Amino acid sequence: MADANRTSGGGKSRVLLFDLRWILAFLFGVYGIVVTLMGLLANAKTYTASGQDVHVNVNLWTGIPMLVLAALFALWAALRPTFVPRSDDNAG
Amino acid sequence: MATTQVLADASLRLNAAPIDYVLIGVYFVLVLGIGAMARRSVSSSLDFFLSGRSMPAWVTGLAFISANLGAVEIFGMTANGAQFGVPTVHYYWIGAVPAMVFLGLVMMPFYYGSKVRSVPEFLLRRFGPATHLVNGVSFAVAQVLIAGINLYALGTVVNLLLGWPLWVSIVVAAAIVLAYTTLGGLSAAIYNEVMQFFVILALLIPLTIVGLAKVGGWSGLMDKINATHLNPSAQLSSWPGTNITGINNPVLSVLGIVFGLGFVLSFGYWTTNFAEVQRALSAKNMSAARRTPLIGAFPKTFIVLVIFIPGMLAAVISPELAKFKAAQVANPNLKSLDGINYNNATELLMRDLLPNGMLGVAIAGLLAAFMAGMAANISSFNTVFTYDIWQPYIRKDRPDGYYLRIGRLVTVVGCVVAIAAAFIASGYGNVMNYLQTLFSFFNAPLFATFILALFWKRMTKAAGWSGLVSGTVSAVIVFALANAGVLTIFGSTDTQGPSFVGAMVAFVVDVVVSVVVSLATEPKPDSELRGLVWSLTPRGALRGGDDEPGDRAWYRRPAVLGATVLVIALALNIVFW
Repeated sequence: MADANRTSGGGKSRVLLFDLRWILAFLFGVYGIVVTLMGLLANAKTYTASGQDVHVNVNLWTGIPMLVLAALFALWAALRPTFVPRSDDNAG
Repeated sequence: MATTQVLADASLRLNAAPIDYVLIGVYFVLVLGIGAMARRSVSSSLDFFLSGRSMPAWVTGLAFISANLGAVEIFGMTANGAQFGVPTVHYYWIGAVPAMVFLGLVMMPFYYGSKVRSVPEFLLRRFGPATHLVNGVSFAVAQVLIAGINLYALGTVVNLLLGWPLWVSIVVAAAIVLAYTTLGGLSAAIYNEVMQFFVILALLIPLTIVGLAKVGGWSGLMDKINATHLNPSAQLSSWPGTNITGINNPVLSVLGIVFGLGFVLSFGYWTTNFAEVQRALSAKNMSAARRTPLIGAFPKTFIVLVIFIPGMLAAVISPELAKFKAAQVANPNLKSLDGINYNNATELLMRDLLPNGMLGVAIAGLLAAFMAGMAANISSFNTVFTYDIWQPYIRKDRPDGYYLRIGRLVTVVGCVVAIAAAFIASGYGNVMNYLQTLFSFFNAPLFATFILALFWKRMTKAAGWSGLVSGTVSAVIVFALANAGVLTIFGSTDTQGPSFVGAMVAFVVDVVVSVVVSLATEPKPDSELRGLVWSLTPRGALRGGDDEPGDRAWYRRPAVLGATVLVIALALNIVFW
């Protein structure tokens, strides 16, 4: 896991080129917003894509957990940024 | 090739709206973006094939189970859930979880500690070139075939969604996987596997919850299954699982599950399959490598609940699948009815339960699962081909950049061969049987060889390859006899029995041949076996000396993690008894 300020290895560190946690936060942020909005805009309609009534507002109840997941990843990445030791140039 | 019968049925077409395509598009932009970004971190062959051994444990742990979350889980296991019901859990709680714990606690110190770059390379160090070549070549062939199965499954999903011809879907899917694995190597594959893990949960969890709400909860599902009179008691309790093994005698059925599925097939698959072990080898230190399968075991224990339950739900909610299941009782040889069989359980449930919006997320999740599965096969194939076949036997002693180029080139070749294999896979009704067959040919004898290799220093070079070859051949013979209808006591070819028994036979033959050959030939001197055999390796070396300060915390100790997950699996096993 990511400990802030960790500089193991040769002492040189760099922030990871891209942090997977931000990508996950972005993906579920977009999904959560779109799906939640569709759930809200659907009013009382709970029909599936094939036209059946499942009596549950699936979009709303899956959109909200996805937004929570996105927030958790963003929070984790913001509070514990990752540093990785610079790999040796002659590795391998 | 039976490529047309599977699809073509318009009733399976999902009514995707433009917003669904947008959500799928967002996912693919990220998939390819990860490939492009990971490319910047690839400067040596070790970066390309093993992510430069730099990954944190939570990433490798999730990638470890995601690499297996392709066609096997989503189609095969929901199909098993729809056909057999609760006994599907044995693949997880008897099979995968104990095997993953064993890998983390017992075997990983040898893999990571010996600094080998692949599973076959360990066999090279322990037994020499003959065993190395047998395993390297058979693994490379198996991975390309399994990549073809994943590709085929992906192709059928795209075919259902967009109505594209199967071959177009297969080629386009292969091109996407090819793009990010050649660019970013193992890092791109692993990052996409972790992303896929979460998206696939966003598919499976809503399917399970909405489906259960529709039938009136777990008791409602049990009532519905009881009302069908299709041998309901076997479907609703995990033991003795006679329906899944096809072995009528309950005692033999339990033995088949515990030894065939659990001890031989699952231990063989999870502990020796380089497509899995590679994820752990990319971890940044010994502690992270050992925790990789252990961290993966926790979600693995629970994920089966959102896989077999949707399968059971599909068989009672979807009228087409319920009709097929009833018809199959009257005629056990029936492969499909109006183009529908158990492999369609996931799509049928998506069609019947999800609104536009969530449908897009769900389709993205399915596509992600298949691509990640194929990417795992391809990224382990290119590593073994380059490090274990090309570098030692065909072109030695070239600069590292040469092998990086070869790795990228081989990735392209692997994808092309996988496309051909996809058309072979299309001839089978239940994809699981095909996969299990392959695993019993390759993994079961390999596990036997590894156990002897690690714990019996007397085992010789000649025993290594002769045990592997004879074990694999005997599994093929059992499978051929069962297919020909000669051996019927362990179930028909439509069930998993022949695979379980074939795996057990392969294991026993491997052990017997290895022991006999070892006693007749000269062992290697002890000095060459240090770090490769349990009794000749100092205990300190098995723990690794490169821990980070936080790695000594009790909650990161491998023994604590392993024991905890085993207790959870046991408790769940009792709940579903």
